[in-house]
Amino acid sequence: MKARIKFQKYGAMKFVGHLDVMRYFQKVFRRANIDSEYTKGFSPHQIMSFAAPLGVGLTSEGEYLDVQLLSADTPEVMVERINAMVTEGFRIVGYRPLLEAEEHMKHVTAMSLVSSADYLVSLKDGYTIGAEITSQDSFVKAFCEFFKSQEIVINKKTKKSEKEVDIKPMITLVAYTEEEYEAKRIDTLEEHLKTEDALLNKGRHPSSAEVYENEIKVYMQLDTGSAANLKPELVLEAFCEYLGVGYNEYAWQAHRLEVYTRNVETGKLAALDQVDR
Amino acid sequence: MRKLALSDEVLLTIEKPARYIGGEVNMKLKDPQAVDIRFCMCFPDVYEIGMSHLGIQILYDMFNRREDTYCERVYSPWVDMDKLMRERNIPLFALESQDPVKDFDFLGITLQYEMCYTNILQILELSGIPIYAKDRTEEHPLVIGGGPCSYNPEPIADFFDFFYIGEGETAYNELLDTYKEYKKAGRSRREYLERVAQVEGMYVPAFYDVKYKEDGTIESFLPNNEHAPKSVKKQVEMNLSETYYPTAPLVPFIKSTQDRVVLEIQRGCIRGCRFCQAGMIYRPTRERSIEYLKKVAYDMLSSTGHEEISLSSLSSSDYSCLQELVLFLIDEFGSKGVNISLPSLRIDAFALDVMSKVQDIRKSSLTFAPEAGTQRLRDVINKGLTEEAILGGAMKAFQSGWTKVKLYFMLGLPTETQEDVEGIAILSDRIAREYYTIPKEVRNGKVSITSSTSFFVPKPFTPFQWSRMITGAEYVEKQRFLKGKMREQLNNKSIKYSWHEAEVTELEGVFARGDRRVSGAIYAAYQAGCLYDAWSEHFNYDKWMKAFEENGVNMAFYNCRERSEEEIFPWDFIDIGVTKAFLLREYKRAKAAKVTPNCKQACANCGAKDFGGGVCFDENLSMVDFEEVTDES
Repeated sequence: MKARIKFQKYGAMKFVGHLDVMRYFQKVFRRANIDSEYTKGFSPHQIMSFAAPLGVGLTSEGEYLDVQLLSADTPEVMVERINAMVTEGFRIVGYRPLLEAEEHMKHVTAMSLVSSADYLVSLKDGYTIGAEITSQDSFVKAFCEFFKSQEIVINKKTKKSEKEVDIKPMITLVAYTEEEYEAKRIDTLEEHLKTEDALLNKGRHPSSAEVYENEIKVYMQLDTGSAANLKPELVLEAFCEYLGVGYNEYAWQAHRLEVYTRNVETGKLAALDQVDR
Repeated sequence: MRKLALSDEVLLTIEKPARYIGGEVNMKLKDPQAVDIRFCMCFPDVYEIGMSHLGIQILYDMFNRREDTYCERVYSPWVDMDKLMRERNIPLFALESQDPVKDFDFLGITLQYEMCYTNILQILELSGIPIYAKDRTEEHPLVIGGGPCSYNPEPIADFFDFFYIGEGETAYNELLDTYKEYKKAGRSRREYLERVAQVEGMYVPAFYDVKYKEDGTIESFLPNNEHAPKSVKKQVEMNLSETYYPTAPLVPFIKSTQDRVVLEIQRGCIRGCRFCQAGMIYRPTRERSIEYLKKVAYDMLSSTGHEEISLSSLSSSDYSCLQELVLFLIDEFGSKGVNISLPSLRIDAFALDVMSKVQDIRKSSLTFAPEAGTQRLRDVINKGLTEEAILGGAMKAFQSGWTKVKLYFMLGLPTETQEDVEGIAILSDRIAREYYTIPKEVRNGKVSITSSTSFFVPKPFTPFQWSRMITGAEYVEKQRFLKGKMREQLNNKSIKYSWHEAEVTELEGVFARGDRRVSGAIYAAYQAGCLYDAWSEHFNYDKWMKAFEENGVNMAFYNCRERSEEEIFPWDFIDIGVTKAFLLREYKRAKAAKVTPNCKQACANCGAKDFGGGVCFDENLSMVDFEEVTDES
């Protein structure tokens, strides 16, 4: 059977890379006596896959990990058992059994589902972005101006070449307060999920995002995944360029809030823990 | 949430930031304010290497069981971090509390190999602790050395407040208890060191004076403090089945060299190979009971979640319950996705059987360590492996499907002749010939033989401690000669020959048998930029040679000199149980190519029986009658 695990990654764990997190969870599951399915052969390993690898330096409210199990307890007990074995910086916040792939159907990987993700990007204390921006108010004003442009063209560097890309269509939501973000976010969801989502969020775990005294922050929903992928850092880089101030990659803390899959027919989103495959 | 010593900006600039954040599984979290003693344990190499070391895990666990002590860890910052720490004046910190090392009561450094010596100085300097022990005051941590290299601590003696000679399980509690008592009573560093000197196994270098003769050898080595004993006796844990074992070892986030549970099945080795220091300093051989090991294996796998377990010892095949243990591990854990990694076993029917269960025969290789190319030279080094056994073992393995063989040899062993060197090529070839006696239809394609040679370094407390080490140039010459001989072999296309570099080994020779006069050169080399000398990409021979020259260290004096029987060695003050008289007798027997039976066959009266246990007290153990052995051979 397949299950999708949702976890927070925060604090010092933002310095632990994606592959190490994978190894980490394999050991967590062994300590928790989770009945994982193993590959065959002389060096068997647990079958698991991540939805969207998180870069070093980023924290997250919701990372998704799909696992293949031979047996399992109820979701509540599973969450409890795994949480008893994780160290500071990781917390399991969800567990959802998935439907088995139907016969003759191609196996769906979590990674192939991903199409969008929400981020909270905050300015770390001790850093500035030009003399004009001294508070969240002045930041919001500047960012709104920036986002009003018809297009936001950046130089996207790949291993082989550099090309100009308009990232504006890849930014599907911008908000400046948690309330505004929540309201706009609900709008992007599929109709039938709106109530479920509100219910889910009621019992939501305390946020694992770092909080800074300067209060300068922006919420964004960005295209993510194999079709189109926009990293939050690139938006901030474009913003700094627009302001005419130097972009300091260490000045910003990006925190992933949610990862979604898009229904191609409705164009609406569902968080990865709102789907069964 | 735990605070980090380094800013995000620093951590995101350097390679593998997880080396510096701590927070690993099974890390001990304590309130530093609530303890009396803060101990920082250090492995002076990069995190991934240091985290793989079992000894530190044992002591970490043992110290932290004490409520009054908080033991934390520190490893060598990698070169990128080193640079940043200097530029930004960031003091070196311990991983757990992220507090500066300088604020600790103790800094304990494990000395696993000689080429880490400059890394020790890096640790001290980045911590803000004076390099020389004599310059430290009441405000600085006490710097302790331990581990295999402390069996000749002299080249680095001036950098340490004291050395713990032997196994850590026995005397640390006394050291810590006394420290607490002395600290409360407001007694001085010197008073404490005088007390330490009275604890068996402790060596306080400042309490000893060395005088040299005109020819550079030692005239006398004597205590200058009434509390310091003339001879320091190594510490041995005699009951390995009732002592500390880290049943919940630390599990790093980044992959370490030993990403597995390590089960130490025994200490010491019965074999008595004359080149091997470990075989002498860890005497007597002591086994852990099988019940103890089964329980520990189970506990460690559950507490770590590791997917692999490996056995650790100097010669696993000599462990009396090996079969039972290995079969237990396979039965109990093999089905649960745990890989069983077997150390080099003596190749016999049992070994082949279990190896075929736990490894992919097509991919795995057989390992033999004949160490020398001819039977004569193997007798000189007392390596009880015969050509018959190697060929027989290889043949059995070939018949079971193996096609890869690894062979380890040394060049530069005492009494070595051209014939012995050529013997390496001949033996490699014979194994290949053995393989090709199997009919073509039955065998599995080509055989692949990898022979490698390392450069022999005479070590303290071995029968070869008197012996001359060949020069780098001689070594390279032997290597070339052997390479030519390899090409002449019938099956040369199936044989791959590889060798170790000479330069770094020459330095190891100097540090292995060096004295206090070497320390100045180590400091000078460090100041000239030498660091991570064990890493070939960082090793800089020229800088070392310059440091030697400028500090009057003559490499030939330490390496290329046959020592006289009467010579006082820098390490003679240490009593490892095994006597100098035994080692000398062994050296003489070596030169006559006479083998000495191993500890399970008969007792050669080496002196280790004094510790009152281990293999020395096996039933029906007879004494070696040396005359008889001499006559036979």
